Amino acid sequence: MTKKAVQNLFLAGILFLLYLPVLILAVYSFTDTSMIGRIGHFSLHNYRFLLEAEELRQMIAGTLILALVVAVLSTLLGTFGAIGVFYSKGKWSRIVQFMNQIPVVNADVVTGFSVCVLLIVFFHMDKNTYIPLVIGLVSLCSPFVYLSVLPRLKQLDPQLYEAALDLGCSPMRALFKVVLPQLVSGIVSGFMMSVTLTLDDYFISTYTKPSVFDTISTYVVNATKGARTEIKTALWALSTVIFIIVVLTVIIMNISAEKKKEEMR
Amino acid sequence: MKTLSKSVLGIPYALFLAVFVVCPVIILLYYGFTNGQGQFSVTNFLMFFTDIKTVGTLLYSAAIAVVTTAVCLVIAYPVAYILARGGYRRKNVLVLLFVMPMWINFTLRITALKEVLTVIEGNLAFHPFVNTIIGMTYDFLPFMILPIYNTIDKIDESYVEAAADLGAKFPGIFRKVILPLSIPGIVSGVTMVFLPAMTNYVVLDMLYNSTYIMGSLVGSYFNMYDWNNGSVISVILLLLILFSNVLTGAIHRKEKEYD
Repeated sequence: MTKKAVQNLFLAGILFLLYLPVLILAVYSFTDTSMIGRIGHFSLHNYRFLLEAEELRQMIAGTLILALVVAVLSTLLGTFGAIGVFYSKGKWSRIVQFMNQIPVVNADVVTGFSVCVLLIVFFHMDKNTYIPLVIGLVSLCSPFVYLSVLPRLKQLDPQLYEAALDLGCSPMRALFKVVLPQLVSGIVSGFMMSVTLTLDDYFISTYTKPSVFDTISTYVVNATKGARTEIKTALWALSTVIFIIVVLTVIIMNISAEKKKEEMR
Repeated sequence: MKTLSKSVLGIPYALFLAVFVVCPVIILLYYGFTNGQGQFSVTNFLMFFTDIKTVGTLLYSAAIAVVTTAVCLVIAYPVAYILARGGYRRKNVLVLLFVMPMWINFTLRITALKEVLTVIEGNLAFHPFVNTIIGMTYDFLPFMILPIYNTIDKIDESYVEAAADLGAKFPGIFRKVILPLSIPGIVSGVTMVFLPAMTNYVVLDMLYNSTYIMGSLVGSYFNMYDWNNGSVISVILLLLILFSNVLTGAIHRKEKEYD
């Protein structure tokens, strides 16, 4: 075997192992068995159950709304935070920089627990207002928005902003018309990162959420402790749907990136 | 005045961080160093380090974290190396394939893994440690691949050519040029895997490993409304993070001195 063939085989093997569990679940989600390994007949009942069961529908819709709210707030805070820090010098920007690092390097367990202790235990805030949950998740996500916007600011040509001012633009207008448009790619990736972080989060949600509300993660963890098979197999369908959405998003992003490259030429 | 008006935009974020990121850490210190009556006490810390059970938990989670990190590194390094230097034309698409699983909810991925492992092993309870390592590796592998790939990919080709011109063969080039230059990537990969492996107790719960790790302690104190002891564990974890960041900071600074 050539070196290249060994390389390809190794990468393919690791990819196979990475995707095998998800793919097996995907196959079995289209059958009527509730046991992996047992042969069953083609059936869409898991997908029907996923759409029809009230608690599953509420949990999915709730998680999506939560992710959007958190992503919008984090993007606003993180973006303007990055702009503010970039244009201010000295110790203030270093302090923000330091504070920003805390949630990034911290363990999610600790972040969630500490927000819970401050807001719910110390300030007696009501969990059922969803405010602790949103604050906890925004404190996790906004630092990542900040980190993805800041490099774009450093790449900016400062003369463009100066030129806008010389041409009679007010500073605020120049900011929105000249600076912000050039940050779009960083803002978008920060937004997407916030969405995926929120959808993936388990720890911050468990420690701060209202007891009646479940995100996908907390729901799945509780469901694996329960014994309801129709819920278990419906989650196989959910995992397959998410997998397909991820694959499609990646393909679409790739195609649009290729197109942009073509246009640049 | 111009710069002042723009830096004003950062004030809401700075305030947000001060109130909801720094204050929670301070409150952890407060609860960690007081008893239930609000009086200063270090008893909780002493209890943690003298109780055989909690010390055992610390050691067990350290073992899980060390083995997970080592397994991830052993798999991720060759993957990252081949991705970066294997001569593939569409490198970024390939890298994306390795990163994509990260975007599927981790509890669903662990559920999938659990089903597969159950088929293979019959009963998950027989191999709790091994299953946990498999689960964590499956969950965190992309976090190790990505930073190592990025550093290897950025290595200036002329260094490699220079070494080859001077007569070095592959093992020598790898050992003396590529490996040293990829250390920053290894360091950030290790820090991204080690801490989650000590704290992500959901992986253990879902794979029926009933032994506690540090994260499980926080979870169980939370369920018992024991904020003082929960804070003690959190503060210990924070110290660990601080320590590892000082360490990696030192390594990065040393790297810069070489440049």
